[in-house]
Amino acid sequence: MTVLFVILAYLAATVFIVGLVAKVWKYATTPAPLKIPQTPAPVTETGVPGRMLSEVAVFKSLFKSNRVLWLAAYLFHIGLLLAVIKHFRFFFAGIAAVPGLSVFTTYEMYAGPIMAIGLLFLLMLRFVVDRHAYISVMSDYFLLLLLVGIAVTGVIAKHFLRVDLVQVKTFVMGIVSFSPQAFPAEPIFIIHFSLVLLLLVYFPFSKLMHAAGLFFSPTRNQVDNPREKRLVTPWAAETPAQVEVVEEAPETI
Amino acid sequence: MANTEATATETEEEKVLTDLEKVGEPRAPRKKPNEINAEELTGQIETPKVQRDVADHKPYLCKPKSMEKLGFPSELRSDWHDAAIAKMGDLLKKYKALQVYMDICVKCGSCTDKCHYFIGTQDGNNMPVARAELFRKVYRKYFTTEGKILGKLAGAERFDLDLLGEWYSYFHQCSQCRRCSVFCPYGIDTAEISMAAREIMDHIGVGQKYTNDIIVKVHEVGNNLGMNPKALAATLESTEEDLEEETGQKIRLPLDVEGADVLMVTPSADFFASPHVESLLGYAKVMHQAGINWTFSSTASEAGNFGIFIGNYGQMQKVASRVQKAIEELRPKRLVVGECGHAWRIAYSFWNTIIGPFGSLDPNYPRPQHICEFTLDLYNRGAIKFDKSANDDRVVTMHDSCNVARGARMGDQRGGQFTIPRELIKASCNRYVDMDQDTIMEKTFCCGGGGGLLTDDLLELRVQGALPRMQALHKVRETHGVNFMACICAIDKAQFTKVMPKYGIPLSVCGGVHQLVASAIELGAKE
Repeated sequence: MTVLFVILAYLAATVFIVGLVAKVWKYATTPAPLKIPQTPAPVTETGVPGRMLSEVAVFKSLFKSNRVLWLAAYLFHIGLLLAVIKHFRFFFAGIAAVPGLSVFTTYEMYAGPIMAIGLLFLLMLRFVVDRHAYISVMSDYFLLLLLVGIAVTGVIAKHFLRVDLVQVKTFVMGIVSFSPQAFPAEPIFIIHFSLVLLLLVYFPFSKLMHAAGLFFSPTRNQVDNPREKRLVTPWAAETPAQVEVVEEAPETI
Repeated sequence: MANTEATATETEEEKVLTDLEKVGEPRAPRKKPNEINAEELTGQIETPKVQRDVADHKPYLCKPKSMEKLGFPSELRSDWHDAAIAKMGDLLKKYKALQVYMDICVKCGSCTDKCHYFIGTQDGNNMPVARAELFRKVYRKYFTTEGKILGKLAGAERFDLDLLGEWYSYFHQCSQCRRCSVFCPYGIDTAEISMAAREIMDHIGVGQKYTNDIIVKVHEVGNNLGMNPKALAATLESTEEDLEEETGQKIRLPLDVEGADVLMVTPSADFFASPHVESLLGYAKVMHQAGINWTFSSTASEAGNFGIFIGNYGQMQKVASRVQKAIEELRPKRLVVGECGHAWRIAYSFWNTIIGPFGSLDPNYPRPQHICEFTLDLYNRGAIKFDKSANDDRVVTMHDSCNVARGARMGDQRGGQFTIPRELIKASCNRYVDMDQDTIMEKTFCCGGGGGLLTDDLLELRVQGALPRMQALHKVRETHGVNFMACICAIDKAQFTKVMPKYGIPLSVCGGVHQLVASAIELGAKE
């Protein structure tokens, strides 16, 4: 069991990291030949991080669009954030000593439930709103259910079946430090851990890439200064433009 | 034409369609203009229940001759499938926006109720995310691991003739107005996707007649309306005569003056279409009263640039390069652009990249400058004066053009594209009222005719697409007695004057910002 999950964990981590880096590399290196910021946009370089932050931290555009959807999405993402933070303890020794972290860990018991409620809310919208149902395909439902599964098994493992967290920590730290330790072979943990590995593998190939892709969105990350600063990208600069003005044009009027 | 013989012997009802005709012909015949009816206006914009396949609108296919002139295949390529996938791969490498937007949509549904064509047609595929899905289906199938392995489960689909037909229909039901992008949590810009789709279609021999014919016209004659330099000179001359009759003053509309201070580039519709020409009179009066030495150019007699609509960088650059040539010929100090939405987006956002830098122009002024920036600046400096009461018969509102609102700016402040035209309007009239906040500024609704759809073979779609704007206008007409909607876009003016009668709104309600300026400006000796 230990050997199997150690191999799976390294495989999943490799796929996740390599896949993510490859995608980000692609986004970063693909040229944006024209200025297409969504105006009104920041008119200075320093304004862009602020705009980006408002999207990442409070989902500004989504808030502008649809408050119900915003609430569902925001609940899920906040829950996810709390859950990720609370998992830090499995990766780092002495994490409890980090100042300020207690603010999050105080609320950590809500992480799973908030995440699950947000996800079920999002799932419900796909069934209830006809427009959302129209655009949803299998992979949309699958991802939501996968995440629900992760949240629910996590809550069960922590609060109900009370998996031995020390053993979990030993195992995870072993993976991280490349000196594998015994796998805590409790059924609920096996399910939780397996679902997480599945998520990691699926991540770079799926729409979950929005987490990284948002930062490369030209309508959001460009500065509105095309008159002041000339944008030139390689392929565009090489596109020839020739004008042939017909001297004797036919009379059309 | 292999099947000419076959079709000749068959009867009308059993006509064998070529693959290209299958792609380009709607299932039901297009309605005649008098058969098209608009909804009754209530003043409320309502999100409809989603319908399937109810808006099978398709514009006319481009004729082989125009396709060839633009360097596209004259007919559907026999290897169209492979060619389309190859072109898609090429565009994914060239455009960050396309590549990123293909991957990151989570289909949250935020955009689903934002498109005017969805609101007007109720067709599910006119929801921005569903429109983009038509592209993503193909992208996933050929460019993603997920799609290659999971196929339909992941929403991947083979690019076949039916899907190409849907592309032709729904990517010509997008006016590239970018309203959906405002509400997208990642700023996914459907305009970029529909431009790429049209670019791919052109490259396999499926072009749209209206946009492509117009680009050919610009290359061959010089402007969208196909007005040659001689005709242009004659039109300007007769307009000068009209102006003299109206004002008693010698107000000039100069053409091809070398060394003028200002080169004015405006949509060719301004030269004689109505109500566009009213704004042209406004430009002329402003220049005259401020004593500015200005000129039009017969080389650059068009600010519009349909290259953007078909997503073809080379065509857009070639059309724009006429302006570059005019600058070389006439050596003006400043460059000013008339009332035109997509033209201003291209001028403001793209010109510096595609035909810049403008080293020969005076750096003390924006290069290029919008006519509203130009006029308001003169007004604020006292170079021109307005008599607001001249517009007292009007209650004015403003329709923000999508390309100006969401793709460009005026002035040096964020949001100047909203405040500058409004300041100018308010300076020239006493009664001004905005439409609903959800329908103006960055949330403005498209007129329904932008993005290369301003053609009569799409008239039904245009009427449907205008619905949200008409509702918002109707509301302020009822509540505030608005009788003039000021626009800064030639397409707006042409579209509204065509569809407003269908909604029972008089033509005179639509006009230009400089039409108001033309009425209010005080001509004659300065104090």
